[in-house]
Amino acid sequence: MLLQIENLHVYYGAIHALKGISLEVEEGEIVTLIGANGAGKSTTLKTISGLLRARQGKILFQGRDLSAATPPAIVSAGITQVPEGRRVFASLTVKENLEMGAFQRPDREVRESMKWVFELFPRLEERQKQLAGTLSGGEQQMLAVGRGLMARPRLMMLDEPSMGLAPLLVKEIFSVIREINQRGTTILLVEQNAHMALSIAHKGYVLETGSIALSGGAADLAANEQVRKAYLGG
Amino acid sequence: MSPHDLTLQVIQQVFNGVSLGSIYALIALGYTMVYGIIRLINFAHGDIFMVGAFAGYFATAVYKLSFFPALVLAMVVAALTGVTIEFFAYRPIRKAGRISALITAIGVSFLLENAGLLILKPDPRAFPEVIPLTVYNVGGLIVNNRQVLILAVTFGLMFLLQWIVRYTKIGKAMRAVANDRDAAHLMGIDVNQVITVTFALGSALAAAAGVLVGIVYNRIDPLMGIMPGLKAFVAAVLGGIGIIPGAMIGGFVMGIVEVLVVAFISSGWKDAAAFVALIIILLVRPVGLLGRNVGEKV
Repeated sequence: MLLQIENLHVYYGAIHALKGISLEVEEGEIVTLIGANGAGKSTTLKTISGLLRARQGKILFQGRDLSAATPPAIVSAGITQVPEGRRVFASLTVKENLEMGAFQRPDREVRESMKWVFELFPRLEERQKQLAGTLSGGEQQMLAVGRGLMARPRLMMLDEPSMGLAPLLVKEIFSVIREINQRGTTILLVEQNAHMALSIAHKGYVLETGSIALSGGAADLAANEQVRKAYLGG
Repeated sequence: MSPHDLTLQVIQQVFNGVSLGSIYALIALGYTMVYGIIRLINFAHGDIFMVGAFAGYFATAVYKLSFFPALVLAMVVAALTGVTIEFFAYRPIRKAGRISALITAIGVSFLLENAGLLILKPDPRAFPEVIPLTVYNVGGLIVNNRQVLILAVTFGLMFLLQWIVRYTKIGKAMRAVANDRDAAHLMGIDVNQVITVTFALGSALAAAAGVLVGIVYNRIDPLMGIMPGLKAFVAAVLGGIGIIPGAMIGGFVMGIVEVLVVAFISSGWKDAAAFVALIIILLVRPVGLLGRNVGEKV
């Protein structure tokens, strides 16, 4: 098991945001976390990456408990997060953004990773000297994903990569996510676009107000009557 | 006064203003860098400038160091002071909100000033003559070697700072943290380390200004940081707080304005001019000369 979460409880002040969720991600999988706004999807990712602290529960990554680790320690353990809303460094160039993604790694490896990212996203190579803030929304999303890859993670978590993008771009991003997975990176994907997410995932969890309501194979979930009604528009 | 004399007089004052402005610019850089990273107006920064001046004083008067070693030593002492203050005073309350941090900064400022009065005594001290004065007359323009030194040191340090911020890994990380601290954290950047480096760099620049003031104005005391600190703060706001080139430009503008006011209006208006400038900029262009209202991209 690559990532195992057991009975995770997270609070925002008095608000009980995650009420004891458990989930598992196997090496090589794409696992998706779907659910409505406010269900706790982003909270789950932020807790795994160390931006939020769990009050109770365990986050085991390759058997090691990371629930008290700092974000940099979690990155060096092999987990990166591509945050919601892209969050590229607007006043840094594309190339500098990618370098920041590989902050903890030696320069020689940075060059190799950058080559790989440019293979995945040739547009970023053309625009490497441009400030990230001047890129289009789709390009910024590509940069955010590329930046997440620069650390060479074993597990990459993506928070709403389709948000605010045109359907064609959403397709492009998802096909890149699949390609990244095929090259050996495990993916934990948070999405409101349940249809797209289930189409590339192996396994899925449905979150409802801080608890896991359903889980199972992606195809089974996509066929499930409840899921179809609530998240796939009938 | 003939037009020629007037022109010469204005050029002379602008030159004097640029050399005074260098001091403000060096201090303003620390304000703006710290603000850019942790959104704190570090009101103790002017007192770091004082600490630097005294470190330079002891290095030259007591340990008989020459100018450059004394400058470097003062910068190191101030950097350590700045880093220590950040660690003990600001870091524990970083999540407590901006007002708490601001009040803490004012408290640290009082602490440094009063510790200075207690330990160093309130009497002004004469800074040793490490650089003998030479005056040149360049086509009617009166220039001395200390002014040239101020300009050379200031431009050298600004160049070095720009190089660090633009091209080194830690400099890029500083810009990343200034842009989006949480995202930087997610990239594995050690934000605390970046903040430490920022305080060290800003404090070192203020110390350089302190040593230069000691050499040029020849007189230092424990409260010497208050007024230049405030004016440098105005300079940072004038240029656009958080923007490094803005602090440089703001510093020069403040120096020139001050010198022109003294030369053509009255020296009584010297300090008032700085704050009039602040009021005007806040009314007319609150984001500062180089500031931009950045719109969110959706």
